[in-house]
Amino acid sequence: MSTLIETRDLTRILNETIPVTLVKDISLTIGEREFVAVTGPSGSGKSSLLYLLGLLDRPTGGMITIGGRDTERMDEDERAATRLANIGFVFQFHFLLPEFTARENVEIPMRKLGRLNRSEMRERASGLLAALGLADHLDKRPDQLSGGQRQRVAVARALANDPPLILADEPTGSLDSSSSEQVFKILETLVREQGRTVVAVTHDLDMASRMDRRLSLIDGRLVLYSDDGDPKGTLA
Amino acid sequence: MRLILDIALTHISGRGRQTIVAMLGVAVGVGFSIAMAALMQGGQDDFVRQLVDTMPHVQVSDEQRTARRQPAEDLFDAAAISGLRPRDDRRGIINPTAALSWLDGWVPGRFAATLKAQGVIRYSGQEVGAAVIGIDPQAEPRVSPIIEDFKAGSFAALAAGGNNVVIGDTMASRLGAKLGDTITAVSSEGLSRRFKIVGLFHTGTTARDEGEAYVLQKSAQILSARPNAINEINIKLDDPNAAPAVARRIEAELGYKAVAWQEANESILEALVVRNVIMYTVVAAIMLVAGFGIFNIISTITHEKARDIAIMKSLGFTETDMRILFVLEGVAIATAGTLLGWALGFAMIYALSLVRFELAATGQEMTRLPIAWSMLHYLIAAAFALGSAAVAGYLPARRAARANPVDIIRGAT
Repeated sequence: MSTLIETRDLTRILNETIPVTLVKDISLTIGEREFVAVTGPSGSGKSSLLYLLGLLDRPTGGMITIGGRDTERMDEDERAATRLANIGFVFQFHFLLPEFTARENVEIPMRKLGRLNRSEMRERASGLLAALGLADHLDKRPDQLSGGQRQRVAVARALANDPPLILADEPTGSLDSSSSEQVFKILETLVREQGRTVVAVTHDLDMASRMDRRLSLIDGRLVLYSDDGDPKGTLA
Repeated sequence: MRLILDIALTHISGRGRQTIVAMLGVAVGVGFSIAMAALMQGGQDDFVRQLVDTMPHVQVSDEQRTARRQPAEDLFDAAAISGLRPRDDRRGIINPTAALSWLDGWVPGRFAATLKAQGVIRYSGQEVGAAVIGIDPQAEPRVSPIIEDFKAGSFAALAAGGNNVVIGDTMASRLGAKLGDTITAVSSEGLSRRFKIVGLFHTGTTARDEGEAYVLQKSAQILSARPNAINEINIKLDDPNAAPAVARRIEAELGYKAVAWQEANESILEALVVRNVIMYTVVAAIMLVAGFGIFNIISTITHEKARDIAIMKSLGFTETDMRILFVLEGVAIATAGTLLGWALGFAMIYALSLVRFELAATGQEMTRLPIAWSMLHYLIAAAFALGSAAVAGYLPARRAARANPVDIIRGAT
C-alpha cells in the first residue's frame, strides 16, 4: 500500500492574543485505500487536522505531502486546484448550495474542473446520486430533502471529480442512527470497492472501530494506542 | 466563467425585492442622467446653433491684431519711434476685389463684403444711433443672419432704388417710422442722406433690431465718403467647425484680422465646458448614490453567503473566483438597471420633447424644449453605472474572497 498523505511535525497555532494550539507535532502517514478514523474529545484538534490535510488551512509548522507533493510550496491557486481535483470534503452539515438542485450541486465541482462536457456532467451527477439512492430526487433543492438525503448529496458532490481522497468531518454527526449507518456504509464502499482513501472525523467510537485505523487526538497531539486499543501516551 | 455567472444570477434572483430595489436605483440614476444630459446638451447645441446661425463663421475686418511695424523697425536692429502722427489713412480693406477673388478660389462656403459705418438715423425729431451697413443685395442673403426674419420687405427691395433702407422693427418703433417712410441717415463724417424704408426685420436680438440699418453698398460708401471701400467680409462656411483654420489662413494671407466664431465667443464656449463638467459631476454623483444601493445588496449577499463562500472554496474555487462572482453580481444588477434606465431615459426625453410652451418674453411663438438625442449619453450613463457597480461589488467581494473558509465552517458548525 503506497502512501497518499504524509505529515511531519505538523503544527497549527492560532496567533491570537493568547496563542491557541490546535494541533501539535503530528507525524503520520495514510496509505491509499485506507479507511481512517480520527477521534478524540471536543476541542482536541480533529477537525483542525482534517482542514490541514484538506489544504483548507495552512500549518504554522511541519509539513504535509499529498501524493508525494509538498503542499507547503503550493500557492493558494495550486491548493485550490488540488482540492478541486484530488480531495472531496464531506462536512457534518451538508453545506449544499441552497439555490441549486441536488444534481446541480453535484455538477458544480465538475463544471469548475471542466473535464467533462455538459451532458457527461449531467450523466455522471445523475449516476452518482442514483448510486446513493437519490435517483428520484435529482431535481429537488436541499430544502426539499431529508437530512440523510442531503448528506448523501454532499457525498455525491465530494465524489464528483473522482478524487482519490475523501475527508469527512463528522459526516454522521447530524444524522439519526439509520441515516448514519447508511452514510457510513457509503464511505466504506468508497474504500472497499472503489479504492479511495477516506479519513473521517467521528465521535462514534463504534463506527471508528469498524474502520481500518484509528487516530486519536488529545489536546492537539496524536495518542498512541496499544494493540488492545488502550491509549499508551502521546507522540513527541 | 459560465458557472460563476450562473451562481451570480442565482444569488441575485434569490433576493428578488432587494435586487429590484437596487436595480431601480440604477435605472432611475441612468434614466435621469440621460434625460438631464439630453436637455443640457440640447440647450447647449441650440445655443451654439443660434450663435453659429446669427453671426458670420469668420469675420474679416480691416483691423490688425498688432500695431503695424514701421519701416524703420524693419531697416534697423534698434529703432526708437515716438510721437507718430499717422497720415490720413482712411481705413478699409485694400484692394477688395483681389481679396474677394482670392477667397472665391478656395473658401468652402459663401461670403459677402460690407461697408459698416457708424451713424445716426433720424425721423420726425427722433434719433437713434445705428450701424449703417452697406451690402450687396445679391451676396448678402447668402450669409445674412436676418434673411429669414423679415416682417416686411427683403434685401431684394434694396436693389429696386438707390436710396432704400432696411431697418429693425424696434428701431422703426423707436423712431415712430413705418414701412414706406423716409428716414435720414447721418454719418460720423457729417454727411447725410435720406432713405426710404423698404423692409423691416425682427431677429429677437435687441442690438440688431434696434441698431442696424442696411443700405446698398454704394449708398453707404457715399454716406461715409469712402468710395469703393469695404471694411468687412462675412463668411459662412459649409462646416462651421472649420472656421478657425479658415480664419488663420485668411489672416496669414491678407494680413487683416479674421475672427472665427469660436474665438469671438470664447468665454461663452468656456462657460459651456464648465457647464458640462458640472453636468457630468452631477451624473457621477447620481450613479454614486446608485452604487451605494449595489454596495448594500452585495454586502448583504456576501454576508449571508459566507457559508457558501467557504464551501465553494473547499470545493476548489479560488479567491479570484469569489471576487469575480460578487463583482459579476453587482455588474449584473447594474446591467439590468442600465437597460431599464435606458428605456426610462428614452421615455423621459420623448415626453420632454412633446412639451410645448409659449415664450413669456415675446409671447410670439410656441417653442419646444431643446433636446439632444445622442447615443453617447446612453453610453456615458451606462459606463458610470457599470463602473460604480463594479467598484460597489468589488469592495465587499474582496473582503468575502479573503475570508478563511475554516473560520466560516467552524462558525457554521
